[in-house]
Amino acid sequence: MELEKVQAVVDEVGAGYFPIKLVQDITDAANRNDLSDDELETLVLKVKEAYEREEVEPGESVGTIAAQSVGEPGTQMTMRTFHYAGVVELNVTLGLPRLIEVVDARKKISTPTMDIYFTEEYNKDEDFIRKMGNMIGKITLNDIIKEFNVNYMDNVITAELDLDIIDERRLDLNEITGIIEKTFKQVKINNNVLSFETTFSKDEEKLAHGIRELRLLADKIRDLQISGVKGIGKVVIRLEGDEYVIHTEGSNIGAILKIEGVDIVRTTTNDIYEIEKVLGIEAARNAIIHELYTTMEEQGLSVDIRHIMLVADMMTVDGFVKSIGRHGISGEKSSVLARAAFEETGKHLLNASIRGEVDQLSGIIENVIVGQPIPHGTGSVGINMKENN
Amino acid sequence: MATVKVYINGKLIGTTEEPEAFVEEVKAKRRSNELTNELNITYYEENKEIFIFTDPGRARRPLVIVEDGKSKLTDEIIDKVVAGQLKWFDLIHDGIIEYIDAEEEENAYIAMFEEDLTEAHTHLEIDPSTMLGICAGIIPYANHNSSPRNTMEAGMTKQALGLYVSNYNLRTDTRAHLLHQPQMPVVKTKSMESTDYDKRPSGQNFVVAILSYQGCNMEDALVMNKAALERGLGRSSFFRSYEASERRYPGGQEDHFEYPENMVKGYRSEEVYKNLDEDGLINPEVQVNSGDVLIGKTSPPRFLEDVDEFGTVAERRRETSVTVRHGEHGIVDKVMLTETIEGSKLAKVKVRDHRQPEYGDKFASRHGQKGVLGLIVPQENMPFNENGMCPDLMINPHAIPSRMSIGQIIEMLAGKAGCMEGKRIDGTPFTGVPEEEIKRLLKENGFETHGREQLYNGITGERFKAEIFVGVAYYQKLHHMTSDKVYARSRGPVQVLTRQPTEGRAREGGLRFGEMERDCLIAHGAALSLKERLLDESDKYEALICGDCGRLAVRDKIRDRTYCAICGETETFPVEISYAFKLLLDELKSLCISPNLVLEDKA
Repeated sequence: MELEKVQAVVDEVGAGYFPIKLVQDITDAANRNDLSDDELETLVLKVKEAYEREEVEPGESVGTIAAQSVGEPGTQMTMRTFHYAGVVELNVTLGLPRLIEVVDARKKISTPTMDIYFTEEYNKDEDFIRKMGNMIGKITLNDIIKEFNVNYMDNVITAELDLDIIDERRLDLNEITGIIEKTFKQVKINNNVLSFETTFSKDEEKLAHGIRELRLLADKIRDLQISGVKGIGKVVIRLEGDEYVIHTEGSNIGAILKIEGVDIVRTTTNDIYEIEKVLGIEAARNAIIHELYTTMEEQGLSVDIRHIMLVADMMTVDGFVKSIGRHGISGEKSSVLARAAFEETGKHLLNASIRGEVDQLSGIIENVIVGQPIPHGTGSVGINMKENN
Repeated sequence: MATVKVYINGKLIGTTEEPEAFVEEVKAKRRSNELTNELNITYYEENKEIFIFTDPGRARRPLVIVEDGKSKLTDEIIDKVVAGQLKWFDLIHDGIIEYIDAEEEENAYIAMFEEDLTEAHTHLEIDPSTMLGICAGIIPYANHNSSPRNTMEAGMTKQALGLYVSNYNLRTDTRAHLLHQPQMPVVKTKSMESTDYDKRPSGQNFVVAILSYQGCNMEDALVMNKAALERGLGRSSFFRSYEASERRYPGGQEDHFEYPENMVKGYRSEEVYKNLDEDGLINPEVQVNSGDVLIGKTSPPRFLEDVDEFGTVAERRRETSVTVRHGEHGIVDKVMLTETIEGSKLAKVKVRDHRQPEYGDKFASRHGQKGVLGLIVPQENMPFNENGMCPDLMINPHAIPSRMSIGQIIEMLAGKAGCMEGKRIDGTPFTGVPEEEIKRLLKENGFETHGREQLYNGITGERFKAEIFVGVAYYQKLHHMTSDKVYARSRGPVQVLTRQPTEGRAREGGLRFGEMERDCLIAHGAALSLKERLLDESDKYEALICGDCGRLAVRDKIRDRTYCAICGETETFPVEISYAFKLLLDELKSLCISPNLVLEDKA
């Protein structure tokens, strides 16, 4: 039986709103059990009945329920889990701090990370992946030095590059020396031995502070970046299943996606702001859902994904990611009283009085404050009388 | 050799070239009383630092000094101690025992038992159980318990009722609990001997059976034998002392203890004064209830007032009597009349309340096994054994496995054996009477070694299919009692400022319908229930609003009309709001913000 045929049956009984996944499931079930057309229709009707039973009714307090459903397990999360060795050597914020970070829509998250996947063509080629890793990951001169000497007597710094490491990391010596030459004018290169003459060795005044200057220079030399993508630090290559995956410390999805061989579908970052910038708001919404859901799941807490989806929806409705709380959703409520009841009471009342704002008393909180039945549930009904002359 | 820095109480005072010799010398001088024995010295080899501490507030503990692998506490000395020729402080003075602090412990090598001593040892434990403090030292067989349970018990034993002082009758503690028939525990520990626990015990030996009783001991509830309670088990008294003095005020006026006349300001009803004598004091052994006056007192007026037609000031004294606290009752135990340092009259009244165990009272064994009384069973319905013996208490078997308080099981066995032998059993952790010995004693007395017995169902008389573990455990009554806590309110006092109900049992307050409860009603869409909780049952207020300007209007009661203070004679409308909201409007006005209400018809 084909999907289209089932879809037709579904449409016929007036269940056109079924998600495609559901129709697919019905098709599979029908094929598995070899259903006749009549049986299929009965099945579709049954599914429709069950589907409608599970639907949220109009007027359900989805927001409050979502808040309670996320908030209650949230109280059980301990602040204890700051660090967790999820990936060897990489340390990612998890647990409550991570949850807060996502919900606050921070622009700079504390531990950005990427999981870079590669296309079929490359993802089993260790050599290629290693090369990629070196290209993406930050390598400083310090990483490839065999010996490093600061000669305080002659104000000279000598460094010997480790050819073995360079080879192992699949770097190119000429490229490296090129970069070094470009940055440090005073360098003398003899194959893999570098020596830096300080420019101030003739300047009397500077010579007095020579040691300090020399040390600064030494640090500068060590920190010289040989290769890597901007914003990305350490890189860990892992074999997951039968393919190689690169995990990074730091994130720059815009640059990474442009690299040849990277699987642009599966490659992700945990930096939601970056996703929003590069991939758009829908991607950001999905990223929020994924991040919230997985951090909760990691703690052994299961929250229905629909609650989290609602949170993500609220955060992204306006076309950009906004936080939950005073700078985002709660701070944008139309009612003065509702805003004043949440945080920064004085500020909101003052601004409202300056502008002469009118509170329409259309929300829940305002009406609780004023002492009227809330316009929700049993309070949402009223009586209208028809005037009869 | 490098120089080693020497610090006294954290302050660098000098250096030494020979740290070991220096430390040894200081220690020798301390032991020979050339230096105070409250001094401790530590040598940190790796940091090349020596720390000497003499500060108050360091935790120190006594250890036997060991020299050349031999304990200084020889049999000879022990004999002298037994004979009473040597006391504790003599041992310290003679350099046999010394106090070591946490720092000096770093340099010590302490043997647990004398047999373990080697040349390298510097000290010897007096007893392994000296590692425990006063509270943890009370737990018998604590080494068989899981550590959280011992921690809990160490906290709970402080809440146990007992004979807290022996002169309680002469004291006027504001609050005091007293257990009526405190018993010495059958299973004791060595620490108890040092703390004189037997002279001030705080519990009773209960016959405990570990079995379920109709599910009435689920979740740590306790089922107790009614007959046992009526015989006085777990009975206690609660004392509260009230006091008042005849204060003197500037201007020569003073308070009076007296039977207040009904013209004083704030006169209560005649009923509450009925037990007072002429002198304004109540008599001992009078039954009093909350609100009854214990000490009748009047004070001079706060301001001069009521100038009458002759131009004289009529003094109207204020009633400032001391009454029995809200929600409490009892019998007047003692009335004392004395004077303050200033020489004015001072009265103290002690009220006693009798507390027989009731549902909800909290009890705990010595192993962190706490629970509240859930059912009181008449003795005829209690399970019994072939001798007709009934337990005093039944605890649920589920209370044991997950908590691993095996100490309680052993205590119950030891308690049973001790009762049969007519002697007390030493349950000191690590060194107490071993399990095998207890089993032997039980066997000798005709009991099963595992402590289980055949019991019969008290209701049906049938024999239980399983054998039931029965033993004697020391139980403590903790000072969390139902009668101190039960509370409900329908109507009652409100706060002056917000007109919302007051808070707390003592103020006859309401039970808070909090934020989260509010969220629940919102989530259910129960708008009218929510309004009832938050408005009708709280600070409902009918505000008059001016139809023109929307501000609060005024009702002139004398002329029976309403008007707006700003617009004048306008139409006003009564609007139902919360008083807290009215307060908010007022507060905004005081900040020069004018909030207006726009009125319209209800939908």
